[in-house]
Amino acid sequence: MIRVSNTGDPFNLIDQSVPETAGRQHLLDLDDFSREEIEGVVENTDVMKDVLKRDIKKIPTLRGKTIITLFYEPSTRTRVSFEQSSKILSADVINVSIAESSARKGESLYNTALTLQAMNADIIVIRHPHSGAPHFLSRFLDSCIINAGDGSHAHPTQALLDIYTIQSKLGKIEGLRIAIVGDLLYSRVARSNLWGFTKMGAEVVLCAPPTLISTDFLNRYRQVEGHPFSSVRIETDINKALKGADVVMALRLQMERQLDGHLPTLREYSRMYGITPSRLKLAKPNVLVMHPGPMNEGIEIDPEVAHGANSVIEEQVNNGVAVRMAVLYGMATPIRGD
Amino acid sequence: MTNGVETRIILTSDEIRRALTRIAHEILERNGGAEDVVLVGIHTRGVPLAERLSKYMKEFENADIPLCELDISLYRDDLSSGTKPVMRPTVLSVDIQGRKVVLVDDVLYTGRSIRAAMDALTDFGRPIEIQLAVLVDRGHRELPIRADYVGKNIPTSRVEEIKVKILEIDDVEQVILMRMRDS
Repeated sequence: MIRVSNTGDPFNLIDQSVPETAGRQHLLDLDDFSREEIEGVVENTDVMKDVLKRDIKKIPTLRGKTIITLFYEPSTRTRVSFEQSSKILSADVINVSIAESSARKGESLYNTALTLQAMNADIIVIRHPHSGAPHFLSRFLDSCIINAGDGSHAHPTQALLDIYTIQSKLGKIEGLRIAIVGDLLYSRVARSNLWGFTKMGAEVVLCAPPTLISTDFLNRYRQVEGHPFSSVRIETDINKALKGADVVMALRLQMERQLDGHLPTLREYSRMYGITPSRLKLAKPNVLVMHPGPMNEGIEIDPEVAHGANSVIEEQVNNGVAVRMAVLYGMATPIRGD
Repeated sequence: MTNGVETRIILTSDEIRRALTRIAHEILERNGGAEDVVLVGIHTRGVPLAERLSKYMKEFENADIPLCELDISLYRDDLSSGTKPVMRPTVLSVDIQGRKVVLVDDVLYTGRSIRAAMDALTDFGRPIEIQLAVLVDRGHRELPIRADYVGKNIPTSRVEEIKVKILEIDDVEQVILMRMRDS
């Protein structure tokens, strides 16, 4: 039986049972992610969690690949989590911490990155105090670039692990009310989460003192009809922000940046914007409390809330490894030697 | 003549059923029954095929054969390519240590998936034996791998494609040979 088809799909030939994620060369922010791609990362993270439950936590996926972590800012959880996920995937991982690198001798980011690429780095994981540093590298390097936090701009893997944590606890993101409270002016976590949560269909409420909200960034997008940000609400009253929330995320007050006079006193900030047990009662009973860490307990979040029954802060850290494994798996690492 | 896809049905649903019942008998015969046998379906279409084999073996010998599913994405050797499959869960319902594992897949082609599947399996334990059952063997092996149970041998050229459609996944059931025509 021979048939020729030019149109349609009479034999159901297009294989729809195995969804594919386009391998991406760089992970800079979630702004260029589709909802499907985020969902793909979430599904793959589930599989990675199973790998982490095995007796022998080692799989050969990235064997022969070199991953360099290049951190221009201090970090514990992000760097360790990238290192651990790389090692479980059998990649060779080299940590460059800026305190002991040639950058202290005055080498530019450009030259440091070229040097690392010349040493056959397949993936460079970078954290940098300047917004846009990873984008800058992605313009001229063949290596894959993963943004592990740049200035106050983006921290995409944190946002992905937050999405994963909510999805695994509440079963969905769509339609949830998520309140993000705190230093929105400097928070790269908030910015990446804003992209991620709104693309997944959540209703996001941002809450901060007026001096710590960067409205220019928001307003540009909020005026565009149909833009994911058009549904974002801004509140300066924390009680209104927490009311009926499914998720409350506290942001770290960046002490090192508070000399600029945004706040009268820390104590006032803590009194007006701290997440306390009594304020948390305004949210839904099964509300998830999140924090990207490191926490200033007693300032943006009360210790009783941070370690209370609703807190998933430790799970966020725990999910970080599996999410980063899923991200590394999804990178289109270049093929060398041909 | 315009471009198009030439398709030919290689196996109908009845023929698939007959092939699978024969394979079920062969597995039982070769292993002297169902004791210690574990069926491991390779995602995606190996999984429903393994389920059917287990159902037939239950009918023939009243034996409950443990069913497992295996995703091999993490063990592939072509991960540098542009697109990657979204992974499926690996579910090993029993310990494969010391068992006779029958891997089940839809098409045997280069043998690279089977290599990956064997690597994945041995990370979970040491089966005393690994056997391979496939619905279609289309040739062109790139590794020294052969199937123990074959539904149908179909000689193909590399420009052709074999599509296995299984009711549980594709809502139709047939095996098709496709050939892109560009004349």
